[in-house]
Amino acid sequence: MSTMTDTNPIDVPQSILQSPKHWRNRVAGHHWRTGDEEFDAAKLGMWLFLTTEVLLFAGIFCGYAVFRMMYPEAWANGSHYLDWRFGAANTAVLLLSSWTAANAVRCAQLDKQFWLRVNIVVTVVCAALFIGIKFWFEYRVKLGQGKAPGTFFSYPFAHDPHEPLWWSLYYVGTGIHALHVVIGAVLFLVVLYYAKRYQAYGPTQYTLVENAALYWHLVDLVWIFLFPLLYLIH
Amino acid sequence: MSTLDAHAGHHEEGSYLSGPPGIFSRVWQWMTTVDHKKIGVMYLFAVLFMFFVGGLAALFVRYELLDPIRDQIVQTVDANGDLVTTTTTTGESLKELFGGLTSDLTGTQIYNRTFTLHGAVMVFMFIVPSIPASLGNFFLPIMVGAKDVAFPRLNLLSWYVYVFGCIFGILSILMGGVDTGWTFYTPYSTTTDADHWRVVLMVAAAFVLGFSSILTGLNFVVTVHKLRAPGMGWFDMPLFIWAVYATSIIQVLATPVIGITLLLLIFERLMNIGIFDPAMGGDPVLYQHFFWFYSHPVVYVMILPAMGIMSELLAIHARKHIFGYRAIAFSSLGIAGVSFLVWGHHIFTAMGELAAILFSGLTFLVAIPTAIKVFNWIATLYKGSIVLNTPMCYALMFLFTFSIGGLTGLPLATLATDLHLHDSYYVVAHFHYVMMGGTVIAFMGGIHHWWPKMFGKMYNEPGALIGMALVFIGFNVTFFTQFFLGTQGMPRRYANYVDEFQTLHQISTYGSWILGLGFLVHLAVFIHSFFAGEKAPANPWGGLTLEWECESPPIEHNFHHEPIVKHGPYDFETTVPPHWDPADYPIHPDAGKGRH
Repeated sequence: MSTMTDTNPIDVPQSILQSPKHWRNRVAGHHWRTGDEEFDAAKLGMWLFLTTEVLLFAGIFCGYAVFRMMYPEAWANGSHYLDWRFGAANTAVLLLSSWTAANAVRCAQLDKQFWLRVNIVVTVVCAALFIGIKFWFEYRVKLGQGKAPGTFFSYPFAHDPHEPLWWSLYYVGTGIHALHVVIGAVLFLVVLYYAKRYQAYGPTQYTLVENAALYWHLVDLVWIFLFPLLYLIH
Repeated sequence: MSTLDAHAGHHEEGSYLSGPPGIFSRVWQWMTTVDHKKIGVMYLFAVLFMFFVGGLAALFVRYELLDPIRDQIVQTVDANGDLVTTTTTTGESLKELFGGLTSDLTGTQIYNRTFTLHGAVMVFMFIVPSIPASLGNFFLPIMVGAKDVAFPRLNLLSWYVYVFGCIFGILSILMGGVDTGWTFYTPYSTTTDADHWRVVLMVAAAFVLGFSSILTGLNFVVTVHKLRAPGMGWFDMPLFIWAVYATSIIQVLATPVIGITLLLLIFERLMNIGIFDPAMGGDPVLYQHFFWFYSHPVVYVMILPAMGIMSELLAIHARKHIFGYRAIAFSSLGIAGVSFLVWGHHIFTAMGELAAILFSGLTFLVAIPTAIKVFNWIATLYKGSIVLNTPMCYALMFLFTFSIGGLTGLPLATLATDLHLHDSYYVVAHFHYVMMGGTVIAFMGGIHHWWPKMFGKMYNEPGALIGMALVFIGFNVTFFTQFFLGTQGMPRRYANYVDEFQTLHQISTYGSWILGLGFLVHLAVFIHSFFAGEKAPANPWGGLTLEWECESPPIEHNFHHEPIVKHGPYDFETTVPPHWDPADYPIHPDAGKGRH
């Protein structure tokens, strides 16, 4: 990618260029002195929000640690039922999408409107791939075998009486993570809509792209911890 | 009113309270507002309404304990010489009070639901959002010299999320109520009432309210970091801001943990995931660790803003520079820091000896920053020109009741004495002295202090003083007796007791009526002020913080010009207060000297 902008302003219809939502026309909120201050504040707010997300997942990781210590056998057995290849594939998908999310921010900063949209689309497709692998190849198959959480557990060949707990933590942990993947994808779809419809993001105004990408990196990061803790412990 | 007139006509902006004509457009304007002042006022009314609901439940609890449920077993010999046992139940006062509404419940079940209602409403719907979301929302941006909070729309969302959470909670109550206690301890909370939704609804309410709390805290942290007026460094901020800032940090860091905990509890109920279920190898004590990892820090979410109000009230109404500004500011952060390390003291009996000793030691640490504050406040009063108006009286009352609350906490932090006192009325009395004698009292003082600024009307001082006196007497009569009950062995949360306790229980109940009457007097004073209150001057108390530079009530964008801070918030000796009117209050003879 060259560093020059790839959209010629002449090609952009006047309706978009003059829309108040176009990035050149956006003004800071009335209580801000400059747009930069507003951007900094939004970013600080996002980081604080990400802190709360980390602490939310901390509860799950803490529960994981406690029960792994109490029932190491159940955890070792449970991990055997997970196919590391699906986990690895999803890790790769998420890492790729994090790269495209970071690229999207860079493209917004450089006013590369086309590549901004391409990067967002790739990110959203990766999110869909992740959810697809998770639900179709993992949840569906496992639930079909009776490897369900808690009292729904009916897998006849369990080695350890506490395996239902393993599945509880597996489904709660990956399920809440999957919910975050969906939320992140929806956030990027919103960004995509505004980028396409108004060219709302450019060098001086890319708050939402930046924050969506920050959120996405967190979702990625949580999976980076979930993957080895669930798939690679045996 | 000297300088105000100079501003009059300068701007066309009206007070934030003025709006379009017509009741519907007015309501619509309030419902869609992103103005932090309106949202603060909406929060104020919402939390006061929940305080009323929770208070009513408390009065019912006390009413039941006036003459508790007793089973009297009488054995007689009938004509055939057989032994006949008859059981008569007396004292089902709540059942009689509610009549047919609760016909399928026994008196004790109603009692359990009532105290759960009291606890859950007071903790989650009243006291956590109380000061930060109402007075904080209104005054934090003004006191740092901003036009609004950092994220105004998020602020409105937070209010709607709060209301939504309250509706969940109220629905649960209307469906018959919950008897788990506000702590939702497992496995009782996961097995009781198994075929019904109301426990899930109540837990979901607490979960949703947590979101509201996070959003408010996040907004305040960013506002304090990014929107301070020119000239306002961190140590030029009023101490109320420091306190709300420390509160917000706790809200942001602790609330997500209760979020996941309550979510797991909901999953546990709906899908039996077994994490807290001992029958499946789960661990109910893990729930208690999770729960208190949030719920202990949140105790400081409740008390820290109250401490912030105290610093304002004492300095302004004693017309004295606050003693030990930095010590008070840092002790707020210190309390916030230590708050995350002491959750274990709620479950001393469920952990090993070493862990219990560590948590006991850490708990004592909390006393240090708290005592620093109390001593600094008392030093502030020394040689001050103390005005005994309602805000100041509430501040003095806080010093009295909160100190009792704080000091009675020490025997609870001591392992040996805690074994005797835990789960008794002593604990109930202790935390009511801290939460009610601390937070609610400071909140009342703060509402009176800022009432003229918020609504542009003065309140009736003698009326408010009568209310204050009734609250003081009622509060102490209600709760001081409970220290005796607790040390004598009365366990908490019981609908009945042995006859020896009845006198003290009755005194406590009579006290609760005086307390309720006190709040009714306050309500009357507020209503009177709304309709017939004198117009408030811009600076009735001679405060130096930025909110007193605004008009009363403030204009929509708070300030006519962006304020530039040139003096400290408590420099009463050297500064002429903004909008000074000699009729309102005398000023220090040296004020203004050495400054220009």
